[in-house]
Amino acid sequence: MDPYVLKTLNAERRARRAAVLVTDLGDGRDRVVREGDTVAGELGAAIGRAFRTGLSGSVEAEGRTFFLNAHLPQPRLVVIGAVHISQALAPMARIAGYPVEIIDPRTAFATPDRFPDVPLHAEWPQDVLARRPLDSYTALAAVTHDPKIDDFALKASLDAGCFYVGALGSRKTHAKRVERLLALGAGAEDIARIHSPIGVDIGAASPAEIAVAVLAEVISAFRSRGLERKGEAA
Amino acid sequence: MHDSTYLDEARDPLIIAEDWMKNGKDVALATVVETWGSAPRQAGSHLVIDADGNFHGSVSGGCVEGAVVAEALDVIGSGKARMLEFGVADETAWQVGLSCGGRIKVYVERLG
Repeated sequence: MDPYVLKTLNAERRARRAAVLVTDLGDGRDRVVREGDTVAGELGAAIGRAFRTGLSGSVEAEGRTFFLNAHLPQPRLVVIGAVHISQALAPMARIAGYPVEIIDPRTAFATPDRFPDVPLHAEWPQDVLARRPLDSYTALAAVTHDPKIDDFALKASLDAGCFYVGALGSRKTHAKRVERLLALGAGAEDIARIHSPIGVDIGAASPAEIAVAVLAEVISAFRSRGLERKGEAA
Repeated sequence: MHDSTYLDEARDPLIIAEDWMKNGKDVALATVVETWGSAPRQAGSHLVIDADGNFHGSVSGGCVEGAVVAEALDVIGSGKARMLEFGVADETAWQVGLSCGGRIKVYVERLG
């Protein structure tokens, strides 16, 4: 392996950007492919699959054998709102492989007592997200019901291309939210990416059941990343 | 700026490999490139080895690491990459095997 290739790969991983290391198992030559780079033919299609699934494997292409090692950043979930749903969502999501961070400026809600072992920011989303920016391997769920707290974070998640954006609220609440987001300068197509009402429809009633529904939706969004853009990518 | 919450640098074989190289060590990298049946570590898993036989990471549940390290020392010496295959079904090729019944293919290469 080329030391420069190793350095490049590690730099991508540290920056939370997806990369596939392509190694020709015949002659040992390797290179780093970043998400969005164009690679032609069978090899390109296999690299696209590796980005989507995060699975590594060997592939035959152009009469050669390549090993594709997929390095995807760990997905994470940012929850706006230290509410009852979040108390159930945080441990569930962590177990499923989606570490959670919670942001809520209301200090009565955001207490370590209510959220043991969860990174908790009792601050405005503006301040936390300036320090810890969102990215395309981050999901965002806004569950405070309070536009003053949710709206900025929702706009920021659309701008950052978060792989999942969900917002708690009825259809009526959401219709008003859409208007506010348009006023904030969000595009209609981006706004349509927001999952609201939040969560897969399993008839969830309790806060913990809603947490299950949200987590299922996050997983579904993560595992289908890029599928909708398959046509353009090729 | 990296985020240690999401990249465990102290245990990450590729980060360790880069650090070792920076410190002037000779380093080999072993990678699981194929698995059949029940394999303890999935394709893409790494073991990083230096010329003194120190290693980090894993390519199995500890069943074949010893053999991979021995091969890696040869690869560091010769600079020629090797493909190793381990499995209980293949008793003639290797003395160590996987108790789980799976088979794995491990690519061992020198860094630089």
